[in-house]
Amino acid sequence: MFNYTVRRLFSLIPVLFGMTLVVFAIIHAIPGNPAQVILGQRATAAAIENLTRELGLDRPWYIQYVDYLGQLLQGDLGTSLRTRGPISEEVWPYLAATFELTLVAMLVAVVIGVNAGIISAWFSKSWFDYVAMVVALVGVSMPIFWLGLMLQWGFSIELGWLPTTGRNNVRDPIESITNLYLVDTLLQGRFDQFTTAIKHLALPSMALATIPMAIIARMTRATMLEVMKSDYVRTARAKGLRMFWVVYKHSLKNAIIPVLTVIGLQTGLLLGGAILTETIFGWPGIGRYVYDAISYRDYPVIQSGILIIAAIFVLINLIVDLLYVVVDPRIKYNK
Amino acid sequence: MVSKDPILQIKDLKVSFQSGKKFIPAVDGISFQLNEGEILGIVGESGSGKSVTSLATMGLIPTPPGKIENGELLFEGKNLKNISEKEWRKIRGNQISMIFQEPMTSLNPLFTIGNQLMEAIRLHTDLSKAEAKIRCIELLKLVGIPRAEGILKENPHQLSGGMRQRVMIAMAMACNPKVLIADEPTTALDVTIQAQILALMKDLNKKTATSIILITHDLGVVAEICERVIVMYAGQIVEHGDVRTILKDPKHPYTKGLLKSVPDLRGKKDRLYSIPGSVPTPGTIQKGCRFAARCDSAFEACFEGTPDLYKMEKQGHEVRCFLHKVEERSDQHVGVTS
Repeated sequence: MFNYTVRRLFSLIPVLFGMTLVVFAIIHAIPGNPAQVILGQRATAAAIENLTRELGLDRPWYIQYVDYLGQLLQGDLGTSLRTRGPISEEVWPYLAATFELTLVAMLVAVVIGVNAGIISAWFSKSWFDYVAMVVALVGVSMPIFWLGLMLQWGFSIELGWLPTTGRNNVRDPIESITNLYLVDTLLQGRFDQFTTAIKHLALPSMALATIPMAIIARMTRATMLEVMKSDYVRTARAKGLRMFWVVYKHSLKNAIIPVLTVIGLQTGLLLGGAILTETIFGWPGIGRYVYDAISYRDYPVIQSGILIIAAIFVLINLIVDLLYVVVDPRIKYNK
Repeated sequence: MVSKDPILQIKDLKVSFQSGKKFIPAVDGISFQLNEGEILGIVGESGSGKSVTSLATMGLIPTPPGKIENGELLFEGKNLKNISEKEWRKIRGNQISMIFQEPMTSLNPLFTIGNQLMEAIRLHTDLSKAEAKIRCIELLKLVGIPRAEGILKENPHQLSGGMRQRVMIAMAMACNPKVLIADEPTTALDVTIQAQILALMKDLNKKTATSIILITHDLGVVAEICERVIVMYAGQIVEHGDVRTILKDPKHPYTKGLLKSVPDLRGKKDRLYSIPGSVPTPGTIQKGCRFAARCDSAFEACFEGTPDLYKMEKQGHEVRCFLHKVEERSDQHVGVTS
């Protein structure tokens, strides 16, 4: 298992290398000169030329690429054209914001999705099953930007319960240690700010959780229905075990393996930055970071941002693969 | 050794399964009893209702689509028909337990043998974890598993089919059940293992006085360990009696056919006898005797009326066949005999 993990981590290198190549190629295919964007419409041709040279953008693309790779190998993600700050430092608050949002959203999605799926399968063809599956169908089909706007309209504007945008109260900023506000506020014992942070998290995480929740619920229901017909479930019942344990112990553990794959993929997607949701809710996450970088033609940020997202995605997949072993003793990776 | 007190009585059991809008009977009016300490065999082809009967006895008929339409289930004189799920749970695995046909898939692949065995033990007893573990090892030794302690930590996929079936038997015996239902316990195993498992069951029956219902389609198995045997066909009992009578002097044409289709190593015939046709699918049963269409000796009456179980001269021997009604000419019909 340890060897396998190490091997998988090494296999990340070619994947990431490929990513840099693809991203670099795509970005340079985007029309528009960063120097022009930075200096604005009224800049003189000389100024633009100057800045282009200063940024090293006048060199041939392959030199730029090799240069970039060299930096990467030293752990340097480059310098933002816009802020002139080192990306490897700048990116952390954004990553943390996305991480926090994803974690909360996936927690909601998994807890509700898995349980809805289980209950639907347990009482299949009951009213709960029908209602849950219709809701799930609506959930998967809902455009997320529309859902986000509706949530804002309903809970913020009409009811006034929750804030529309942002991560915290601007007039009472949270002092960040880890940039995970839920953790920070608890570390500082600021429970009032903790509540504020939760309130800010509520709507975006609800919007973000909807689709994974629906997918997870449908997947769980399908695999549970299959598993509950199996012989070992009958054995468990024949022992005289309570239906609750038959379902939540014997069936769920077997049904969860395919669901785990879905959870992993969805988590990867959300961590990759839910650009739409982050934009609508003004959430300063990695998706927003890259999105803004694209508008500014901030090449280094786009490159590094996408690289980070890709790395996270691959890592999540690795974690899921390792979780299989924890759940299923029949799966072994040592060869 | 057989005492005459019935521990389990089934009276006129009828179980149906929903198919579309219709309910189709899988078991149609079965009555029998299991005496204390005896091994009762139930034989019949696939689809004759053996497994449904046993699941009904465990209260495990999946509803829907299944439905117990009629009948009484008396365990130690107590009617189990209308008891709650909670009361059923106290009986299942504790007083009546079951071994299934498929040892390869009957154990949960994701839990260790120890976990699954301990679960069965601790469910019905107040034993502590440590005590339950001791009991586990005891049980595994009882069913002839040599390195019992090691196996507790293993997962089902690490064991062979025979070993898994032993574990299943150990699990079923965990709480010293009064009745053990074994639904084709040896069907999925190879012959040498079959013999071991049967010997084990016979041994357990002697040692613990557990009554056993052995469901099988293998008459060899019945001859080996059963005392009485019930022959089922298309959801009904067609013949019933003690093993020796049925094997030596079968009366029902179906039983005769079954016996003829047992391969005999010394036989010179190169082609094995088989009963023509197949068991009618539930729902397609016509009026008249259910076996008539496949029966060599069928005559007019067989296609018109439904035969009852007729008593034969040997005590406890009953046959559902018009041939033997004619022989006896005494219209006595007894549903349950002992």
